[in-house]
Amino acid sequence: MAASLSELSTYLGEKLPGRVKDAVLAYGELGISVEPGDLIDVATFLRDDAGCQFISIIDVCGADYPSRAKRFDVVYHLLSPKQNLRIRIKVQADEETLVPSLTSVYPGADWFERETYDLYGVLFSGHPDLRRILTDYGFEGHPLRKDFPLTGFVEVRYDDEAKRVIYEPVELKQEFRNFDFLSPWEGTDYVLPGDEKAKTN
Amino acid sequence: MAETSVRNFNINFGPQHPAAHGVLRLVLELDGEVVDRVDPHIGLLHRGTEKLIEHKTYLQAIPYLDRLDYCAPMNQEHAFALAAERLLGIEVPKRGQLIRVLYCEIGRIMSHILNVTTQALDIGALTPPLWGFVEREKLMVFYERASGSRMHAAYFRPGGVHQDLPAKLVEDIGKWIDPFLKSLDDLDKLLTGNRIFKQRNVDIGTVSLADAWAWGFSGVMVRGSGAAWDLRKSQPYECYSEMDFDIPIGKNGDCYDRYLVRMEEMRQSAKIMRQCVDLLLGKESVGPVSNLDGKVVPPKRQAMKRSMEALIHHFKLYTEGYRVPAGEVYAAVEAPKGEFGVYLVSDGSNKPYRCKLRAPGFAHLQAMDFLCRGHMLADVTAVLGSLDIVFGEVDR
Repeated sequence: MAASLSELSTYLGEKLPGRVKDAVLAYGELGISVEPGDLIDVATFLRDDAGCQFISIIDVCGADYPSRAKRFDVVYHLLSPKQNLRIRIKVQADEETLVPSLTSVYPGADWFERETYDLYGVLFSGHPDLRRILTDYGFEGHPLRKDFPLTGFVEVRYDDEAKRVIYEPVELKQEFRNFDFLSPWEGTDYVLPGDEKAKTN
Repeated sequence: MAETSVRNFNINFGPQHPAAHGVLRLVLELDGEVVDRVDPHIGLLHRGTEKLIEHKTYLQAIPYLDRLDYCAPMNQEHAFALAAERLLGIEVPKRGQLIRVLYCEIGRIMSHILNVTTQALDIGALTPPLWGFVEREKLMVFYERASGSRMHAAYFRPGGVHQDLPAKLVEDIGKWIDPFLKSLDDLDKLLTGNRIFKQRNVDIGTVSLADAWAWGFSGVMVRGSGAAWDLRKSQPYECYSEMDFDIPIGKNGDCYDRYLVRMEEMRQSAKIMRQCVDLLLGKESVGPVSNLDGKVVPPKRQAMKRSMEALIHHFKLYTEGYRVPAGEVYAAVEAPKGEFGVYLVSDGSNKPYRCKLRAPGFAHLQAMDFLCRGHMLADVTAVLGSLDIVFGEVDR
């Protein structure tokens, strides 16, 4: 399978020159990166070309890398049942980038893109119905971003006096315990507690 | 009646409807009794599993996977374990692989019994669940005897399985297969030729193969439409390539064909289980059930009493966990409901940087509008039943 994937990788390089930015073959999987503007063309080619036939969309998801200029990756997984191959397409985006929606190429991209919008706040242009999907009605924020705390901001309870469900700011009975097991001998990228003055003089 | 007074009607189906298979809220727009539009509202069971996994070590992530599709918990663990193993570059010994395959097929039968019988229940047949759940309960006892828990097993760990199976348990599983095939035949007699069951399922929710692929369907949903596509055959993992089994396919892609495919898949699963049991009692009756790399798999309790190294490994693995080399993989398994995939991104630390869980039910449920448009209101439950939806995995 790895042999046919490297063949596919060179084939894509020939057929889509300049559009496939870097093709990485790792752990027996092929991943390519494309610009947001080229996404529809590349996906249409992958679906319709007789040598590819990636007719099934398996997954669309986001990933957050806050240290980058374009912090989000939108990751598409496509499957070609005829060739028995998988491919991963990555598009980089930030909060303002409009990533073209793949719903015109694959109707199955609909909910996956809604989910990516809901959890990361990536905006898709041309999506028929870009609403939140997994989070609560009226939810604010994008929970899978790395700067969103695990405990969230609001909690929900039923108020017996008001006779309805109310939202309140999260109040933790004890501080959230996030244990740090990284070894201080291997060099941490932050200042260890008690070491604040170690490097000042 | 004047024509102007005829108007479409909006109703809420769920979230507390017994045929909604959990907490699904369907907003249905009806023209008389014909469905014009379906808008599924999901997320009522959203627990933020992916976020939680990002804050836990690789081993601590396993129990969350059980709580996705709680009808076949070990199949989900399997996908995560495969992804972690690919990144770590470790192998599972043969006996461990056989135990995994055995329990995956148990999970498949558990899930299919639940689905087939509740699909019948949704359209008015009360007896099949009563009969089917007898066998399902026995399977849960096998789960319990292997892992200590009926459902949330946490049994498949990266590197292998948690503990070896006693020989008596494997024998009992072997003895269970033949009576099960008989009770499956009883179920078959109740439903397959049943006139009402056929009237409610044949030509309902038909989906062509091209549509099935474009909507991201997998598993029974594409096999019902005629594609002999099964990850156990086409992209084999563990020792499925050595197993002898067939892939049943449907012709028409309707609810009835999907039911038939599930019934036959249970028989094929029983066949695989039989092969596993024979091997586990015969050629592979002894041997390790998980990888022996002390940096990933915790040591045995006895070893910790005598070996300092084992004790240190135990301490390190249950506090820090293990570091996984940086990289990204997508590992998929043929779960009972379709392709369950885990997209795992590691940054080289002891916690996953990103863990996307690709649930088959999510892709299937989004096609509700496409499948139900033009059908009658009563067919919505039949279509929903044949999609095999479990909200643990749809909402994550």
